[in-house]
Amino acid sequence: MTDRPTGRIEITDLGVAFGSNGRTVEAIRRFTLMTTPGEFVALLGPSGCGKTTVLNAVAGFVDPTAGRVLVDGELVTRPGADRGMVFQQHSLFPWKTVLANVEFGLKMRGVGKTERTSQARTYLHLVGLAGFEHAYPGELSGGMQQRVGIARVLVNRPRVMLMDEPFGALDAQTRLTMQELLLGVWREVRTTVLFVTHDIDEALFLADRVVVMTARPGQIRDFVPVKLTRPRAAEVIATSEFMALKARVFAQVREESARGLGPRP
Amino acid sequence: MDVSPEASTAPLVTSLTARTLAFPRLVNWRRPALRLSSVGFFFAAWHVVTTRRWELYVRFQNVPPPAQVLEDAIELFSSAPFYVHILASLERIWLGFAIATVLGVGLGLLIGWFRLAADTLLPLVELLRPIPAVAWVPLSIMLWPTELSSIVFITTLGAFFPIVLNTVHGVEGIDRQLVRAATSLGAGPAAIFREAVIPGALPSIVTGLSVGMGVSWLCLISAEMISGQFGIGYFTWLAYGIVKYSHIVVGMLVIGVLGMLSSALIRLIGARCMPWLPRTER
Repeated sequence: MTDRPTGRIEITDLGVAFGSNGRTVEAIRRFTLMTTPGEFVALLGPSGCGKTTVLNAVAGFVDPTAGRVLVDGELVTRPGADRGMVFQQHSLFPWKTVLANVEFGLKMRGVGKTERTSQARTYLHLVGLAGFEHAYPGELSGGMQQRVGIARVLVNRPRVMLMDEPFGALDAQTRLTMQELLLGVWREVRTTVLFVTHDIDEALFLADRVVVMTARPGQIRDFVPVKLTRPRAAEVIATSEFMALKARVFAQVREESARGLGPRP
Repeated sequence: MDVSPEASTAPLVTSLTARTLAFPRLVNWRRPALRLSSVGFFFAAWHVVTTRRWELYVRFQNVPPPAQVLEDAIELFSSAPFYVHILASLERIWLGFAIATVLGVGLGLLIGWFRLAADTLLPLVELLRPIPAVAWVPLSIMLWPTELSSIVFITTLGAFFPIVLNTVHGVEGIDRQLVRAATSLGAGPAAIFREAVIPGALPSIVTGLSVGMGVSWLCLISAEMISGQFGIGYFTWLAYGIVKYSHIVVGMLVIGVLGMLSSALIRLIGARCMPWLPRTER
């Protein structure tokens, strides 16, 4: 694998529609987004606005009906380890130990046993799970499972880490811990992150840039650059700078949520 | 497109607490005592109704009492011919069940994962499944050249259907998100099949094997009674014919114990293969 800089996502005029029984539902319309290598971008919008669909298109899980997705100049046609995804929950292999889960991607690439164990241990250490190598996912808390999910993606040294509401199923306290942990890990590895959430605080706390999406079909409503200094600690959400950004984003998200609930054309 | 959280993995977490709570109960002597006295009551009742030769609507005068069964059992177990019957049955069970496992798990995985296999094989399975294996006995005698092969065929048939259907069910129940996760970690089709489909279906496969083992004993004993010249089923039926009534009961008890042991063996192997499942779910 080549080293930095990688992780330039170019999404151009992306359109995704799902068809069932002759009826098609347009999830995404004319969605265009460019990221710089190593950037942390949050996709924010009301539920059902298609933000996960954007993520799935970058992952290669769904085929665009219009437009295209390039990562480092290569057209995305199928899933791959260079665009690893952290899911909301329950995506670890229950029959593999923590260590074997993290080793999985390396095993798929044909990396030898000793080498992949050593690399997997490094990333488990990075997410604070040293000592849990031989536990099974079912024996871990939700937050610990998500940390394994992050290590499992990062060990492949992906161009992009895709995160689909990864902390959405956690309690508020754990979620905050996990957000801080994620920023710490990201400072170390500096991969591009595309992070889907409907939590405004989460998006602003984590991201360099927040993409506010409209109600379905999902389009871009606003780009909000977040210039808060890094490293960020949880206290940043009490600053006036954060409050101002939050007020701006909150008004937009509220309007889109209302539109999403209203009568559809 | 939001993928709903899969509920099937949730009990894994909750039953962990069940495992730790279950431990203090081992110290309690009441439940083992109750279980033992239930078995004791059965033997006592058996003794009373047979020695007093009760004749209600059900007639006990020809049924041997437990003491006589025990005496004859000891005699049988110290003679070589009895072991010939037991070994003949064990050989047939082992062969039939092994063939059924290979075919059932293999075809089940294919049917569950590949649409072409499902479309070509599943109609056949559904067509033949309602025919009880015992109904195949006459045809089996015509089809197969030896007694061993025809009885093994019946035993295989009996075990095959529960194994294949549970395997198909297990594959169909695999969490699609795990398959997605595997592809986004670089797994190709073969690796997905090996790393996600087979272990994902394993709990259901073991259930199928467990049910299949029970059915294969049922089929073996029936087939031996109808067409055998050896085997514990043949022995039991023969005992009725030559008026050795206590041998009937010995045969039945041996069948019961062998069936129980083979089911326990399947459960043990299953638990060994699935160390990730909490004890209560194995």
